[in-house]
Amino acid sequence: MNNSKVMPMTDQATTRDWQSHPPYLYPEYRSTPLRAPTRPLIPIRHRLSETTGPVYGHEAVGPLDADLTKNARRNGEPLGERIVVTGRLLDEEGRPLRNTLVEVWQANAAGRYVHLVDQHDAPLDPNFLGAGRCVTDEEGRYRFYTIKPGAYPWGNHPNAWRPLHIHFSLLGPTIASRLVTQMYFPGDPLLDFDPIYQGTPENARERLISRFELGVTEPDFALGYVFDIVLRGRGETPFENRS
Amino acid sequence: MSELLKQTPSQTVGPYFAYGLTAEQYRYPFTQIASGKVADDTVPGTHIRIVGRIFDGEGKPVPDAMVEIWQADGEGRYAHPADSSEGARGSNTGFKGFGRQGTGVDPENRFHFETVKPGSVGEGEAPHITVIVFMRGLLTHAYTRIYFADEAERNAADPVLQSVPEERRATLLAEPDPDTHGLYRFDIHMQGEKETVFFNV
Ligand SMILES: [Fe+3]
Repeated sequence: MNNSKVMPMTDQATTRDWQSHPPYLYPEYRSTPLRAPTRPLIPIRHRLSETTGPVYGHEAVGPLDADLTKNARRNGEPLGERIVVTGRLLDEEGRPLRNTLVEVWQANAAGRYVHLVDQHDAPLDPNFLGAGRCVTDEEGRYRFYTIKPGAYPWGNHPNAWRPLHIHFSLLGPTIASRLVTQMYFPGDPLLDFDPIYQGTPENARERLISRFELGVTEPDFALGYVFDIVLRGRGETPFENRS
Repeated sequence: MSELLKQTPSQTVGPYFAYGLTAEQYRYPFTQIASGKVADDTVPGTHIRIVGRIFDGEGKPVPDAMVEIWQADGEGRYAHPADSSEGARGSNTGFKGFGRQGTGVDPENRFHFETVKPGSVGEGEAPHITVIVFMRGLLTHAYTRIYFADEAERNAADPVLQSVPEERRATLLAEPDPDTHGLYRFDIHMQGEKETVFFNV
């Protein structure tokens, strides 16, 4: 048997904080009633299968992947307002998550996704795809150049519009820290009417809103927005005792 | 103890993830970090394929889901620093143990993973694969596990499988296809009689 293996402590990774995450069933978001699990989740004690996870670093990122204003150019600049989106990836104890992959995707300035299923009658931009990825630095910081996404209509209810948002996908240090989320923009009037945003527990919602920062804004070039992301803690290594 | 930072809330992956997360599978002009090919031919072990669909509460296959899997290699070793078993990293450099598939390309909305059957990770644990399900309508992702129906003896000793009510355990079993060697079938039911067991990982 695997006697050479040091088994991890039982309380290694922190648990999913259900005060922070939306519930599976939120009927105002009409796709949830047929897709939400209905039975209680079965608790699982963390073992190696939960305290490990896929590791991707610089090798997973191409030179233009973090610049969405350049990575799909064909014959010119993409249309829209250039922005910088940056922030730190941290665990719950505030430790930076270094050398960690961040994946993003978003609509173009007109609120149109390249995705074939998107039937919204707004123009595609031949010079903008809306997909990117990067790896965090020694301080856990990521940084993208992109175009401010437009709002888009969807079929959830009459006159439903998604607020401006950028989708984020994070693996983090373990499979338990996996997170897919959306970053919103400050002051967006559509947030009040969006069941995806409103489905999030009230005291946690504002963590999804980026903040404008003049210090990140690049003169004569692009407005700067900051969005910090906190993932579930990785706990200690198997050799350390918790203090 | 210092105050912990609060977790960033999850939001749905939505219907338009494909060109960002599974671009090559859907033929968009971007790369992807992982695919349905979890292990190539050079990886030692028993090569298998896992094929399945995800069904909603009306029994309809979900065409816009994304499935990720995470598993150990044929000897039960994870490609991750926390796995301290002998030769855990590097011995299988071609094996990351991570797969990602959308259900919108296959005409029947199936996901396909080509991999090796995982070994037992820890003492008493049956071979298993962690599965994460994302889709429009899931505001937060759902975790489940694949066990193998042809491992009855080890399954009977597995602490996680045994923690599941007996009448629901079959929802976690991948069934070997009687006609195709190495092919396992594993469907996920979000709701209904056969609702898959999801874990609070
Ligand atoms: Fe979106």
